[in-house]
Amino acid sequence: MEIRELTCINCPMGCRITVTMDGSAIISVEGNTCKRGDTYARTEVTAPVRTVTTTIKVTGGVVDRISCKTKEPVPKDKIFEVMAAINKSTSLAPIKTGDVLIEDCAGTKVPVVATKTVDKV
Amino acid sequence: MNNSYDIVIIGAGVSGSAIARELSRYDCKVLVIEKDEDVCCGSSKANSGLVHAGYDAKPGTLKAKMNIRGNELMTALASDLDIPFKRIGSLVVCTDESRRSGIDELYERGIANGVHDMQILSASEVKELEPNISDNAVCALYAPTAGIICPFRLNIAMAECACQNGVEFVFNSPVISIDRIDEGFCVKTSAKTYTCSVVVNAAGCHADDIHNMVSSRKLHITPRRGDYLLLDRSCDGFVKHIIFPQPTDLGKGILVTPTVHGNTIIGPTAIDNDSKDEAPATSEGIAKVIEGSSRNVKGLPLKQVITSFSGLRSHEDGGDFIMEEVFDCPGFFDCAGIESPGLTACPAIGEYMAGLVADKLSLRLKSDWNGICHDVVKPFELPPEDREKLIREHPEYGRIICRCETITEGEIIDSIRRPLGAVSLDGVKRRTRAGMGRCQGGFCSPRVMEIISRETGISLDQVTKNGGSSKIVYGRTKDEI
Amino acid sequence: MRSDIVIIGGGPAGLAAAVAAAKYDPSLDIMILERDAELGGILNQCIHNGFGLHTFNEELTGPEYAERFEAQLPDLGIKFMLNTMVLDVASSSVTAVNSDQGLFNIECGAVILCMGCRERPRGALNIPGLRPAGVFTAGTAQRLVNIEGYMPGKEVVILGSGDIGLIMARRMTLEGAKVKAVCELMPYSGGLKRNIVQCLDDFGIPLFLSHTVIDIKGKERVTSVVIAEVDSNSKPIPGTEEEITCDTLLLSCGLIPENELSRAAGIKINPSTNGPVVNESFETSIKGIFACGNVLHVHDLVDYVSEESARAGISAAKYVKSSSFGEDCSVIEIKAGTGVRYTVPSFIRLGEIDDNVTVRFRSGNVYKNSYVDVLFDGEQKYHRRKQIITPGEMEQVILKKEDLEKAAGEITVAITES
Repeated sequence: MEIRELTCINCPMGCRITVTMDGSAIISVEGNTCKRGDTYARTEVTAPVRTVTTTIKVTGGVVDRISCKTKEPVPKDKIFEVMAAINKSTSLAPIKTGDVLIEDCAGTKVPVVATKTVDKV
Repeated sequence: MNNSYDIVIIGAGVSGSAIARELSRYDCKVLVIEKDEDVCCGSSKANSGLVHAGYDAKPGTLKAKMNIRGNELMTALASDLDIPFKRIGSLVVCTDESRRSGIDELYERGIANGVHDMQILSASEVKELEPNISDNAVCALYAPTAGIICPFRLNIAMAECACQNGVEFVFNSPVISIDRIDEGFCVKTSAKTYTCSVVVNAAGCHADDIHNMVSSRKLHITPRRGDYLLLDRSCDGFVKHIIFPQPTDLGKGILVTPTVHGNTIIGPTAIDNDSKDEAPATSEGIAKVIEGSSRNVKGLPLKQVITSFSGLRSHEDGGDFIMEEVFDCPGFFDCAGIESPGLTACPAIGEYMAGLVADKLSLRLKSDWNGICHDVVKPFELPPEDREKLIREHPEYGRIICRCETITEGEIIDSIRRPLGAVSLDGVKRRTRAGMGRCQGGFCSPRVMEIISRETGISLDQVTKNGGSSKIVYGRTKDEI
Repeated sequence: MRSDIVIIGGGPAGLAAAVAAAKYDPSLDIMILERDAELGGILNQCIHNGFGLHTFNEELTGPEYAERFEAQLPDLGIKFMLNTMVLDVASSSVTAVNSDQGLFNIECGAVILCMGCRERPRGALNIPGLRPAGVFTAGTAQRLVNIEGYMPGKEVVILGSGDIGLIMARRMTLEGAKVKAVCELMPYSGGLKRNIVQCLDDFGIPLFLSHTVIDIKGKERVTSVVIAEVDSNSKPIPGTEEEITCDTLLLSCGLIPENELSRAAGIKINPSTNGPVVNESFETSIKGIFACGNVLHVHDLVDYVSEESARAGISAAKYVKSSSFGEDCSVIEIKAGTGVRYTVPSFIRLGEIDDNVTVRFRSGNVYKNSYVDVLFDGEQKYHRRKQIITPGEMEQVILKKEDLEKAAGEITVAITES
C-alpha cells in the first residue's frame, strides 16, 4: 500500500487529497471536496503530464532566442529531458507562431512549436 | 615609463575632484587614483545633498571656515559646471519651549561664522512658510543662504572639468603602499606604480589608512553610517525648505528636505559602522529616520518611499577637517575627516588645498584653463524649438529609456561617451537619473545594460552595477551555467 | 494629428480595447501609442501557458495570446506607433514623444488609459542590508531570461509568492538555476494553487509562509540573504533567522498601477486600487478618458483584462459617436463593505448598461465557507455561498439591470462569514 499526498489545483481551495494505491491500482481518493478533485488526483498519480514552455536558440533572426512550448503536455518525469533537447537545438529564422521546431522531443512523440514569430535579419 | 606625475591625488570623491579641478588651473601633471570604477563612489554618492549656511560648526574651526567659503563659491561653481543648485533656505525648528535658547545660540554662532541674512521666526511665521511643520514648533532659525544641490553632478562635473584641463584619472586602483623616494613618493596601486612629488590624501573613510602609511602621528577615522529614505516626486512640495530639528550632542538629527529633482529625502541617522566600504541599511536605522522626521513634520507620505539607502561619513577623532601638509612627511598633504559639511565645503577645500600644493611646488597658472563644463544634454529641459532640432538631428533623444524620469537613449549615450564617462549602471544613473525613479530601474536596467554593452564594446554579461564583481547577469540561457 | 480614440499602451488591455472599439464602429480612427518596441506588453515575456481559456477556449502562452489580437489590427484599420512615450494626457489631446516625430500632440475624441502596472521595487519594501547586484524584481528577471536570453543568477531566493514569483521559480529551475526558497510574508500565498503545485512542488522548491527577508549580504553581488519567520504583525521573530547562500534575490511583492499620467491629468484615484475611480463604462472622473486593465486594478487573469477592456473600448466608441453618452442617467454608487477591499466599477449609470453589469472585487483576507452579499440600500439582494475567497483571486458578482432599477442610490458588496 502506498499513500500519495496531493494538492488539488482546480480552485483556490487547494484541497489536500490523499490517494491510497496498491501498485498501480487506486484503492481510495480522500480529502477532495468535489468531483474535479477526484479526477485530478487519479490522473496525477497515474500519468501526470505538463506542458513545457521555454525558449529556444534561433539563428539568422532579428533576435537569437524565441519562446516555444511542447504542443501537448509531456510526462512530468520527462520535463528535464525535454529541456535538454530544446536547449541543444537551434532553429533557423524566419519562424512563425505554431511552426514545428522539433518533431519528436526527447522521445515523447510530442513536437515543440514556436509561440512567437521571428523575422529574418 | 610614463608613470611620473607632479601630484597624485588619492580619491575621486568631491574633495579629490575639487582639488583636481583647482590644480588643473596650474601648469603641472596631476593624476587622480580611485579605488572604485568611477568618480563619486564613497561618501559623495550617499548624503543629504545640502549646501549648509554655516551656523553649525564651532567658530574658528576649519569646518566653519570651509563651510562659509564653500557656500559663497557654490553659486559660481554651479553655474560654471551646470550643476542643479537651488538656494531654498533652511529652517532649524525648535519644538521644545525649554530649548528655545538653543536657537539663539545657533543664530549667534552663525553671526560669528559670517552667515548672512539669518532670521529667527515665530511659530506662526514658520507655519506660513511650511504648512506641514509639526504643531509643536515654537520657533525656528531661518537661513536663506542654505541650499540643495545634486551631489552626483557636483562631484562628476568637477572631475570632468579637471579631466578636460589635463588631469588624468585611473580607476579600480586601490592604493597598496606609499614609499618615500628621493624626490617625492612612489605610490603603488593594485594595478600599477606611480611616482610623484606631492601626494594629496583625499581618501574619505580610508584617509587614515593612507595617512598612516607615511606618518608616525596616526589618524583614526570612524565610518559613521547615515540611513536615508527617498520619497517619490509625487510628494514634491511637501516641504519647501530644508527642515532640521534642533541639533543635539549627537548631531544635526533627522532632516526633511526636497531634492533638486523634486524628490523628498529624509535622514540621516548617525550610527558608527564596522566597515569603511559596506553600509548596510538596518530596520532599526530606517525606523529611526521615520521616527525622527515625524517629530518635525506631520503627515509625511511614507507610502511614497521609493528607496532607502545608507552612506558613510568619515569622522576623524579630532572632530574637525584635517587639511595640511603632514608634519613628518613633507610633500604629503592630508585632506581628511571630511564629514558634513564636506559637500558644501568642497569648492573651498579645492581652493585651499590647491593653494597649499601650488605654494609647495611653486606652480604657475595656465593661460588656457577652461573652467566651464556642461551637463548631459536633457531634451526635456530645452525650449521646444531646440528640443525638436535635437531630436531631428539625433533621433536617440526621442527614445525614452527610463520611463519614470523621462530619460532618453541620447542622454545615456552621452553619459557613457563623455570624458570620464559612465562604465556601470550606477554610473549611468548618477549622470542621467535613469533608474532613479519610482520603479528603481525595473523597466530600464536591461535596456541601459544593452546600451552600455554596445557603447563600451563589452558583452552584456560583463556589464556591472558598480564595478568589480557586481555583474548583473551570468551568461546566456541555453548555455552551461 | 487627429484620432477618434487614442489608446495609451499596446499591451493586453490596449489591444482588446482597440479591437472592440473598431469592431463596434469600423469608421473610427483608432491609434495605439506603445512605449516598447513591440505590441503585446508584458505578455511578450509571459511565455508560460494558461492564457485564453475564457477568451479563446484554449490554453495559450502570453505571446500567442497577444498575437491573436495583433493579427486583427490590419483588417480593422487600427494604427499604432511603437517606441512612443506619452507624456501628457487630457480628454481631447495626448502629448507624446518618439524619435521620428519628436514631441507631438494628437487631438482626439476619447482616450483609453492602458498603461498597465509596475512591480514594487526593493526600496519600497524597505528591505535592510547592502545594495549589491543580484536583486531583481521577478518581472525584470523574467524579461532578462525570456526576452534577452540572459541568466540573472544561479542560486536564487524569491521573496513573495505572487504568480510572477512562482512562475519565475520554475523558469529559473528549467534553465538550470537552483531555487532554494520562496518566502511569503503572509500566512497564505497570493498565487494560484496550480502555480504552487506546478512551479514549486513539481521541483521540490520549499515555500516558507509567514517568512520574510531581513538582510541582504554581499558588497558587489549578493552572497546570501537572511530569512526569518514573522509574527501576526509581520514583524520578524528573533531566533528564527536562517541564512541562505545565494547569488540572486527575486522580488515578487506586488504590482502598482502606473497612474502617473492619470494623476497629472487630475483623474480621481481610488486609494485601494491605486487606479482611477471608474463607472460601468470604465470612464474615469474626467469625461472622455477611460481606463482598463492593470492600470485600473491589478488582475490575475488576462482574460478578464480583455473582457473589461473590450467594454472600455466600446464605451469610448459610443462616447465619440454619441453626444448623449452618459447624459441624464441615474447614478448608483457601489461601496466596498465588510471584507471587500474595493470594487470596480465604483459607480453604475443605469442608462449605460445593457442587461447586467459585472462588478469585480478583491477580499482583504482568506474566507472559507462564507457568503458574498450584495446589499441594495442596506437590503440583502444577492447571497451567494463561496467555498473559499482569497485576496489573490479576483471575485465577481453579476448584477441584473432589472434589479438595479429598483435600487435607490447605493449598493454594498460584502463578505459575511457563516
